[in-house]
Amino acid sequence: MSEVAIRCEGLSKQYRLGQQESYKALRDVITNAAIAPFRSLRRSLSRNGHAIGNRQSAIDNRTLWALKDVSFAVNRGEVVGIIGRNGAGKSTLLKILSRITKPTTGHAEIHGRVGSLLEVGTGFHPELTGRENIFLNGAILGMRKAEIEKKFDEIVSFAEVEKFIDTPVKRYSSGMYVRLAFGVAVHMDPEVLVVDEVLAVGDAEFQKKCFRKMQEIGRGNRTILLVSHNMSAIRTICARTLALDRGRVVNFGPTAEVIDEYEASVAQSVPGSKSYETETFVVEEVQVVSANGPVIKTFDSVAIKLRITAKADVIEPDVYVGIQTPDGHLLSALVCRDFCAAPAMSAGQVMETEFKIESLPLLPGPYEIKMHLVDVVGYKFEIVPSTFPFEVVESSVYGGRKIDRWFGQIGLDATVSVQLEEGALAKSVR
Amino acid sequence: MTSPNTNIDGQTLSTLVIRPPSSWTSIGFRELWEYRELLYFLTWRDIKVRYKQTALGAAWAIIQPVFMMLVFSLFFGRLGKIPSDGIPYPVFTFCALLPWQLFAHALSESSNSLVGNQNLITKVYFPRLVVPISAVLGGLIDFAIAFVLLLGMMLYFGIVPGWQIITLPGFILLAIMTALGVGLWLSALNVQYRDVRYTINFLVQFWLFATPVAYPSSIIPAQWRALYGLNPMAGVVEGFRWALLGKSDSPGALLWVSVAVVVVLLVGGLYYFRRMEQRFADIV
Repeated sequence: MSEVAIRCEGLSKQYRLGQQESYKALRDVITNAAIAPFRSLRRSLSRNGHAIGNRQSAIDNRTLWALKDVSFAVNRGEVVGIIGRNGAGKSTLLKILSRITKPTTGHAEIHGRVGSLLEVGTGFHPELTGRENIFLNGAILGMRKAEIEKKFDEIVSFAEVEKFIDTPVKRYSSGMYVRLAFGVAVHMDPEVLVVDEVLAVGDAEFQKKCFRKMQEIGRGNRTILLVSHNMSAIRTICARTLALDRGRVVNFGPTAEVIDEYEASVAQSVPGSKSYETETFVVEEVQVVSANGPVIKTFDSVAIKLRITAKADVIEPDVYVGIQTPDGHLLSALVCRDFCAAPAMSAGQVMETEFKIESLPLLPGPYEIKMHLVDVVGYKFEIVPSTFPFEVVESSVYGGRKIDRWFGQIGLDATVSVQLEEGALAKSVR
Repeated sequence: MTSPNTNIDGQTLSTLVIRPPSSWTSIGFRELWEYRELLYFLTWRDIKVRYKQTALGAAWAIIQPVFMMLVFSLFFGRLGKIPSDGIPYPVFTFCALLPWQLFAHALSESSNSLVGNQNLITKVYFPRLVVPISAVLGGLIDFAIAFVLLLGMMLYFGIVPGWQIITLPGFILLAIMTALGVGLWLSALNVQYRDVRYTINFLVQFWLFATPVAYPSSIIPAQWRALYGLNPMAGVVEGFRWALLGKSDSPGALLWVSVAVVVVLLVGGLYYFRRMEQRFADIV
């Protein structure tokens, strides 16, 4: 049986840069409107000249195709994984399929009731009790009241919060909160389920439970689209996988093949291009790899591997490796010489350098590696013109929710404890 | 596809088609009806949460209109000698303050509702109209509480409403529809232009003085009175006085002008909202 459950035809989504994050102030619109006549005047003037090409490219710079010409079909009862780096368009695709946002062009068809789970606990209100939040959250996810009542006990026991069901959720521990929220979500019973990286929450035991539940749903002839950075989860649950890169479908097929190819491309090497060449050296290859798998997460054990050739004899080479943000803000740097002496290189010889970082303290986001290559004896200090990009993927760094860019760049190896002081308690609570 | 799509239980599956934004969309009453339970739960949440962690709780529903009544009675009634159509001034103004509070609350809540619920809007699909509508309905509880006080005051002053009281629900509906009509426009605008937030307080204050809350509409020259109905709240307030206190004349032409204005505001608001709604998640 191969009825189609989801069919996308040429889906594209364009964002104006900045549009996603900021709203307009009326003032800006008024200013723009005031300037507009002059702008069109300037445009008509430049039409006679030759500035049109420039203008066109200025427009292109302000827009971004988060999704470009995405077409695929998913059969009923299939569980399909979606993978790709941050910004590949995974979330945009899910948002379109769950009707939160509209595509710019193209269309999609979905057969059956759609349930989407892009975030755990959407609409939970801290002041309401667990019981009240189950009903509220269920209604938000599109469940009927009768349906929620029927599944109420099942949800509560899944979440293991029986004792606290009439306590406001603001008094819940983060674990309880997440369990309850996830409990409601997995008990909605749509024909097509769209799930974003929500399996990354909770403790390991609970994650396993969620996985089992997902597999169970998948077996029930439900169609599932699952976005995850957790490759082993995708391998276990999904038969087919869709890989996205910069808004386009780069691969769609059996999970094992797609993931293998994706992993190979993530641990990518630099082609021996001109931009990785200095006067004395050529950087043949750069790799940033994690010991825990192909994607790099905060606090992973990470190795930065460089293969460098010398164009001439170098008596005392040295390598400087800096980690910076894409806007060039240097976060930290390592110099080979501080750890060990590099051997002398003769022309054409290849040197492999490996910087091992036991626990990478970078929070999720894009980073770059900049390299300086040094000939200590020859007083040559050469900057490699291009930087090498890599990415720390989003994950629940501290065991709770996913950490995003608002938390800065540096992950802290921290513990936090909260306690009420006995005496103060008596005073502040009447 | 040869066989029709059916689900596990053999029922035919609904088909959902997702397309780029279009400039004209239907209001989607059918879908709104399907989501009536969500409307109920969101309204219930707003009511439930409103007076949590307040010392006075639901008493706030009475405190505000009562203090306004006292201030108005003292300054406009006693000192300003504003006429009140032969009705004791406190009842006269309190009877108007009730629908006014209902309206003012509904207007500001609904205008801020989309921005206040942006976490929902960017994460879950549901008909967006549910949000401002539930914000408007949430004020009805406060209204009901204050209404009991009004009945007590009428008893004290020995005012017995006549048959006109049966029209009261119609005026309550008109107040809500006025708030929703304006709220739809403002909430959709607020998503894109946060200036709206700062306009609302000002708008409500201004509107209060343009509405016959502290004074009777009979002080407006008769030939201008129908025009005064362009402010739909004038129709609502006069309607309330007529339905409950019975002494002033029926609002007549003024009321019909108000109704017409509300219909235009509401229908326009619905279409504008539906049109803007397609981009809410991208710009909020």
